[in-house]
Amino acid sequence: MNSYSMTSTLLKMKLTKVTSMVPSTVHQTSPHSIRVTRTPRPIRARFTLVTQAMSFSLPDLPYAYDALEPFVDTQTMTIHHTKHHQTYVTNVNNVVAKYSDLQGLDLVELNKRIGKGEVPSDVSTALRNNGGGHWNHTFFWKIMTNPSNTSGPGGKLKQAIEASFGSVDALKEKFNAAATTRFGSGWAWLVVTPEGKLVVTSTPNQDNPLQAGLVDQAGTPVLGLDVWEHA
Amino acid sequence: MAPRAAHELPPLPFPIETFEFHWGKHHRAYVTNMNNQIQGSDLEKLSLEELIHKSWNNGEPTPVFNNAAQTLNHTFFWESLSPNGGGEPSGKLAEAIKKEFGSLDKFKEEFGAAGATQFGSGWAWLVEAGGKLAIRKTPNAVNPIVNGEKPLLTLDVWEHAYYLDFQNRRPDFIKNFWNLVNWDKVRLG
Repeated sequence: MNSYSMTSTLLKMKLTKVTSMVPSTVHQTSPHSIRVTRTPRPIRARFTLVTQAMSFSLPDLPYAYDALEPFVDTQTMTIHHTKHHQTYVTNVNNVVAKYSDLQGLDLVELNKRIGKGEVPSDVSTALRNNGGGHWNHTFFWKIMTNPSNTSGPGGKLKQAIEASFGSVDALKEKFNAAATTRFGSGWAWLVVTPEGKLVVTSTPNQDNPLQAGLVDQAGTPVLGLDVWEHA
Repeated sequence: MAPRAAHELPPLPFPIETFEFHWGKHHRAYVTNMNNQIQGSDLEKLSLEELIHKSWNNGEPTPVFNNAAQTLNHTFFWESLSPNGGGEPSGKLAEAIKKEFGSLDKFKEEFGAAGATQFGSGWAWLVEAGGKLAIRKTPNAVNPIVNGEKPLLTLDVWEHAYYLDFQNRRPDFIKNFWNLVNWDKVRLG
């Protein structure tokens, strides 16, 4: 890509207010670096070159593939991350590449628009499945850690859980029930609802609570569990 | 006279571990759970198909639907497989496939695409619908009989059907399926 088209891409991204490609709470281990080049010519408003907009990429796991043993084995983590999650990334990028309106959106915003039906209708299902799948798995890797490092929730989270469910054990019971009764493929979630309540819910396939309008219970996920058989 | 080599146990269509899980655990659980759900109720008097229709409840399925339909789906699935399967259909079925799809290969392509594109869990089907052959894909436990169609052949594309042998590679699983289809069991009405 020559420097002019890179500039045009960057300018375009500036106009559409680019934020990070993953939710703001995620620490990106490999941030995209943007380089601005100067051009002596005035910038045209329309570009005839097909610009390569920033695309989503598969985030690295926050830990090694064997870090979750013996609870999740190395082979499962490897296939789950390098095959299943990668496929969602590849597919969502293929869709986004065809629509300039979708380019430059961060992943959370993309999922919210999917929920509101504010995406092109001929690719809404592909976006729902793959944009959902990419966010879900990015979130999932982050909220897990190696077994020796978990000591239960503390502080404000523990208080909120106790206020909403009575106890951490009661939350686990509800969450487990949501996970085991989700028929077919899907996810179980603990979310903060728009009204500020902590609620357990589940979604089918790769739907997620950010996609308000498509799901039974919208909200911001705090915990999620992949209950697809591949997990 | 020289001794003949011993007879051999014929192979299963899938590795035994797959059967131990798919038939021994998944299918068995659907049957057990369904029986538990209908125990002591009038539903016990219904045939499996009647139970499926009733619990489908015109598109608002009741809890027993998933177990009842999955019970039938799996039974139907096993019956259409054979370790000596594969080859081609013949007679009226072959003619009907040629008429509807153009060729057997074209049919396999379309059936395979249905299986590959059923997002999440589900099934691909060859059905008789309104006197013609058609291909369907359904999510989760849904069986085309709920729409008054007659299944002729099915392929389970829930991940549990292929994960042990093919992991994420559903298309490879679908390709291999054609070596296992028992065309004698695929009967036009």
